[in-house]
Amino acid sequence: MIDRPETGAKASQAYLRTGPGSGAVDRTLSDVPLKTVYGPEDVTHLNPPPGEYPYTRGIHKNGYRDRLWTMRQFAGFGNAKQTNERYHFLLSQGQMGLSVAFDMPTLMGYDSDAPQARGEVGKCGVAIDSLLDMEQLFDGIDMGAITTSMTINGPAAIAVAQYVAAAEKKGISRKQLGGTIQADILKEYIAQKEWIFPPRPHMRVIVDMIEFCTTEMPKWNTISISGYHIREAGSTAAQELAFTLADGFAYVEAAMKRGLDVDSFAPRLSYFFNSHIDFFEEIAKFRAARRIYAKRMRERYGAKNPKSWQLRFHTQTAGCSATAQQPENNIVRVAFEAMAAVLGGTQSLHTNSMDEVLALPTEKSVEIALRTQQVLAYETNVTNVVDPLGGSYFVEALTDEMERQAEAYFEQIEEYGGCIEAIEAGFFQKEIAEASYRYQRSIESKDRIIVGVNYFQKEEPQLDIDLLRITEEVAREQSRSLAELRSRRDAARVQATLDRLERACRDEGDNVMPHLIDCVNAYCTEGEIVDAMVKVFGRYTERSAF
Amino acid sequence: MARPLRIVVAKAGLDGHDRGAKVIARALRDAGMEVIYTGLFQTPEQIVQTAIQEDADGIGLSILSGAHMTLFPLVLEQLKAQGAEDVVFFGGGTIPPEDADELRKLGVKAVFTPGAPLQEIIDFVESECGKRRELVG
Repeated sequence: MIDRPETGAKASQAYLRTGPGSGAVDRTLSDVPLKTVYGPEDVTHLNPPPGEYPYTRGIHKNGYRDRLWTMRQFAGFGNAKQTNERYHFLLSQGQMGLSVAFDMPTLMGYDSDAPQARGEVGKCGVAIDSLLDMEQLFDGIDMGAITTSMTINGPAAIAVAQYVAAAEKKGISRKQLGGTIQADILKEYIAQKEWIFPPRPHMRVIVDMIEFCTTEMPKWNTISISGYHIREAGSTAAQELAFTLADGFAYVEAAMKRGLDVDSFAPRLSYFFNSHIDFFEEIAKFRAARRIYAKRMRERYGAKNPKSWQLRFHTQTAGCSATAQQPENNIVRVAFEAMAAVLGGTQSLHTNSMDEVLALPTEKSVEIALRTQQVLAYETNVTNVVDPLGGSYFVEALTDEMERQAEAYFEQIEEYGGCIEAIEAGFFQKEIAEASYRYQRSIESKDRIIVGVNYFQKEEPQLDIDLLRITEEVAREQSRSLAELRSRRDAARVQATLDRLERACRDEGDNVMPHLIDCVNAYCTEGEIVDAMVKVFGRYTERSAF
Repeated sequence: MARPLRIVVAKAGLDGHDRGAKVIARALRDAGMEVIYTGLFQTPEQIVQTAIQEDADGIGLSILSGAHMTLFPLVLEQLKAQGAEDVVFFGGGTIPPEDADELRKLGVKAVFTPGAPLQEIIDFVESECGKRRELVG
């Protein structure tokens, strides 16, 4: 029998119900009921081995033996020069790819000197206003050799244009560029709320980008369809799974409607999931995702290339599982979550830093997070056997349950007429708000225990972690540099490229991508480019409810 | 019987993280208050205008983007400029402890950081906004 120290709180009802020695509730984090023991009767079928359709057990037959996951830590803050220094540090420490975090004004399509940008410049990512900043960001980095992931959605097409232009100025062809742009606008309306245009014109721009990349940038992953933010907004695991895949299918359908062959673009679609703290539920979610995706791509969309059936994904540990109380405990949470992602077969991984719940992470805490991945990869030996939990009565049953719940959601979404219609009706938003409120209530009532938050609390001295702070100097510097850029660039060329872009936006038969690259090369700022597009497409406003 | 307390729950700047704001809005409503949620991307001017037009007893501002040291003071400034300093102004989000101290000094009545129990927030709002209601009537 384990003693449970009670610090600061009375014994909860849940605790009394489940008895001493057990903190367990009888359901997963997402409220899937759990039995005490699972057996053969819980498993309906066996899955083919890894590397075989429908890939429940993994897309590669040799798993991590052939190739480890990519350790990719998301970073960006302040100006391009500061972030460039962090990139050089991360690469020198054995990181294998870069991942750009942009600041809020950049994500929302505003220049650093716009009134909307007050107080936000460089705060939760790097400020990129024009090609100048993009060149600085990759200064001294071989863009032909590394892969870069860019987490940006509303202005994704502009960021790709800037990346192409920056590489080409260094003499690297766009055909050589490897990386991923998030560009998943549907989950913005559903969860993250960083949009610019209304859904329909946004979808057109994304399909333009897919079409362009398919021929011009064969190594580029065109959309990273993301459940991460859906989960962070408070969804359950099954909602994350279902809503993300539904978004993915919406992009597939939109591109096919444009006349693109599914096998020409599907192999470059990738996914991005959250890894939360409920260990087995997360593993089941990853396994179910691969199976649902493969079946749908092959059976409904008629894809013939196995690469089109294979769901590849990046994972990030759950920011929302981190606590501000006793933040060092987050190191432990991250380690469990990272292991779930690896046992689930992720292709790349970001491990959160312990202090991200308080502010941007410091170099020290980022290093611990990266070391966590290295310990997992090189010491624990979990990389030697593919899908080691395959055949576990419990994990197989939970995988089936995840799939069942996702299919039920797909039916509901179809009843609305599709993803965009369900967004417009507020369906996803309402489902997530309900789930997050339920979750919060379960913590309040202590049905769920969060170590250091509603149990095992202690009086803490003021925290002794050095936080990384971004001063307003970054905003002033960006504004100065913008003013200088505007005074010395070719104004006539700026206007001409913006006019051509606006015309392309009006013409459904045109593709905006080449025009965006022209604008970027003329040193139009992001805000100017977005304004030209907004003239045609408008700006989205959400009907908010809670 | 007295009419219920009226609270504006607000999101400012470019910050789209609305999970916390919505949970708080819902919890205050379930505690019997009338809640007006502003939706995203409001300016400090708009937030204070909403509070005045809605005859609100309190404003709760949620910021998770790091812009708190800019936006909280701007709302305080607007409350002063529009003669609404009696409205109880509180907030929360990803706010380091030193910043929270600084904001309290500037006049933000309470700053709730991640992990704050809902009941603590409800108790605070009932007590402080209740006092305001007694004074203003």
